Amino acid sequence: MIDFGYGLTPSATLRIENVQNPLFEELHRREPDVVKCISCGSCTASCSAGCFTEMSLRRVILSLQRGREKEILPMLQHCMLCGKCQLVCPRGINTRHLILSIGKVYGLADQKEEVRP
Amino acid sequence: MIYQGKQKIWSEYQKEIPDDHWFYVRSCIRQSFFPASEKMFLEILRKRLGKDVYETPHHTTCGGIAYHSEAIPQETVMTIIARQFALMTEAGYENYVCSCITSFGLYTEVMEDWRNFPELEAKIRENLWKATRREFKIPACLAHASDLIYKFRNAIAEQAKFRLVNKATGEPLRVVEHIGCHYAKMFPSKGVGGAEYPYVLAGMVESWGGEVIDYPERRHCCGFGFRQYLVRANRGYSLSNTHKKFESMEPFKPDMIITNCPGCPYFLDRWQYVIAEQTGKTYGGNGYGIPVFTYEEVAGLVLGYDPWDLGLQTHQVAVEPLLDKMGVPYKPEDKYKGLNGKQLQRPELPMNIKCC
Amino acid sequence: MSENVVVIGGGPAGIEASRRLRDLGYTPILIEKEPVLGGHLARWDRLFPDGVEAHTVLDPMLQDLDGIKYFTDTTISSINRLKDTWVVKLSNGLSAQVRAILLSTGFDLFKAEKKEEYGYGIYERVITNAELEDWFKAGAAPQFDGVHTIGFVHCVGSRDEKAGNRQCSKVCCVTAVKQACEFKEKYPEVTVYCFYMDLRMFGRKFEDLYLKAQKEHGVRFVRGRVSEVSEDIDGHLFVKAEDTLFGKPLKIKMDMLVLMCGMAPADGTSELARMVSIPVGEDGFLVPASIVGAPCVAPRDGIFFAGTSTGPKTIPETLGEASAAALAIDRYLKTPARR
Repeated sequence: MIDFGYGLTPSATLRIENVQNPLFEELHRREPDVVKCISCGSCTASCSAGCFTEMSLRRVILSLQRGREKEILPMLQHCMLCGKCQLVCPRGINTRHLILSIGKVYGLADQKEEVRP
Repeated sequence: MIYQGKQKIWSEYQKEIPDDHWFYVRSCIRQSFFPASEKMFLEILRKRLGKDVYETPHHTTCGGIAYHSEAIPQETVMTIIARQFALMTEAGYENYVCSCITSFGLYTEVMEDWRNFPELEAKIRENLWKATRREFKIPACLAHASDLIYKFRNAIAEQAKFRLVNKATGEPLRVVEHIGCHYAKMFPSKGVGGAEYPYVLAGMVESWGGEVIDYPERRHCCGFGFRQYLVRANRGYSLSNTHKKFESMEPFKPDMIITNCPGCPYFLDRWQYVIAEQTGKTYGGNGYGIPVFTYEEVAGLVLGYDPWDLGLQTHQVAVEPLLDKMGVPYKPEDKYKGLNGKQLQRPELPMNIKCC
Repeated sequence: MSENVVVIGGGPAGIEASRRLRDLGYTPILIEKEPVLGGHLARWDRLFPDGVEAHTVLDPMLQDLDGIKYFTDTTISSINRLKDTWVVKLSNGLSAQVRAILLSTGFDLFKAEKKEEYGYGIYERVITNAELEDWFKAGAAPQFDGVHTIGFVHCVGSRDEKAGNRQCSKVCCVTAVKQACEFKEKYPEVTVYCFYMDLRMFGRKFEDLYLKAQKEHGVRFVRGRVSEVSEDIDGHLFVKAEDTLFGKPLKIKMDMLVLMCGMAPADGTSELARMVSIPVGEDGFLVPASIVGAPCVAPRDGIFFAGTSTGPKTIPETLGEASAAALAIDRYLKTPARR
């Protein structure tokens, strides 16, 4: 192979039609309300951690749906489970419980459980 | 695919192309990239079809490359274009045909700007007068050279010696048509067939016996760009665009690609070599690439010109597999002979893409 | 003998207004250019938000046409002002002299082929919302093999200046969600995407339908306008959009794409407007005397509006406006020496 000093750039395009997403399906089984999110951003706007870190629950939910968990799971480490997001969520999603479930399903820190998709 | 649906769109984007008397301007880069293409255009129009096409050695670049690379301001490029129009006016012509898609897009854009901002046109007229003491008329018709070959495609078919048909099987050759972005994307009504389903090259392919392939990334840019290619560090981005197109067209097993832009055939041709050397992948079957042509080269092949007189030996991807399919005779030993019949140096062969 | 009133356009607005005018003691002359009354409603299978069958709304109206003179397959040849009356000549040779005309000329579905980049009429698997209703109505399964993923494209020919329609067509968002739910009810294993710019769930129970689509049917909503559709070697579609919430371009292989064609001004409405010398808005819809205070009244004596001739509306809004128009006409005709 020749080194030309440049090479192919990986595509940034999301391809989601063939993504098998068993982890999200498992999350959905545990947290049926996760699909109720309308991406309004109230959670992110009021997030105690969001002021100082990357944390955005809206982005977390969307990224999990798109099968891009690697990029966002570290965010969740910043969550203090204060419950402000739950207070403001217009769809009534139990966000604290959701965050804990994400941890269990996706193996955040030491919370990973056996997942049977 | 519903063919009639495309025909309906094509019928809505027909452009008036005068029959004769053209002022012709060349591209800056095509004579070195595709040395016989412009010559072939003139040969076909003048000798084969008996048309009046005027050329002057006084014409310059349109300024497109410098403009798109942000090296010169718009006012400068407009004044350069005004001078080209002045040359046309002085020669007594009103139909302007250019070889280059960048130029075509730029002329179209400038003429549109002048229509919308007459004070800008007045300023450019003043600039030109101060600089050169020239005056100009805006062309009555602006065409790209492929518009003319499109217009005369059936006349060319009548004189055809070879067709875009697989001689062994009798099947039409599968042809990818690639349109330069600036042909119609900016002004769909200025292109034959519009911007989404351009007909300018598809019409030639159909007329000469081939079958057009509509693959998912058909509308995607070849990736030439201007700034994007000129700096080496950016070339991966240009390469990736071409790669995307080849990956998309691969399942259709195209026999050839026909293009109407200076940059596209160059990059679609050369990047196949780079992709092969970097990834080991080739797209043309049996380790070859997919041959890429200008429309003039294809017209020349159809009319029976010698492939080496058409400059096809300057392509990176070997054209011989296509010549064999069409049944075009050629002498392998003459491929690298100069005009004087003497053997020139033979190019070094790449590792991963087969060249004859 | 009761006084005649001409009603132009025999869709829900025209039929309902005619019935109300008849109830008020007038003889409506209802003109319809198509062979049957009912307009777009006659074609539709089910209606949002609850999915009632369209014919359960239309049939009782069509069974109650006593006292209404109606002409189908008939167009207007001319309308002329004569003192305080209008002389309306019909294509069937008849004519009527009336003091009041109701323009209930409705809308045309946006012609999907105008959005060339979506490939309607070129790629077989691209269909329109109306065609999907035809399928639902016929009880037919999608005619394509192996439909695993389908998409609904919102705002086709709506909020689109380049396509000549700047307005929001209002009903397509909820129609898409309704059709997506219906599709999931029939084919639960199919993955359904909705590509939207904004979800305008303005009406009662519309938001509930959206919630149902999300929670019960798992419809996937992508915020981004579809920019381009193409076809692969097997005839499947590639759809490009930006996932604007994610911030990345998106490409999905689809087995079928449904274009939510919006409401465009009906062909011929501007010609009628010219005949009675009333203005047509920049958007091609008719212009009432006051869009807030008098939406059924034209800025010209004896001309009235109902339904989507003045802009996109739902069926209940249209029916309500039809009644209001009938009352406005009644009031106009009963006011002496009106000038």
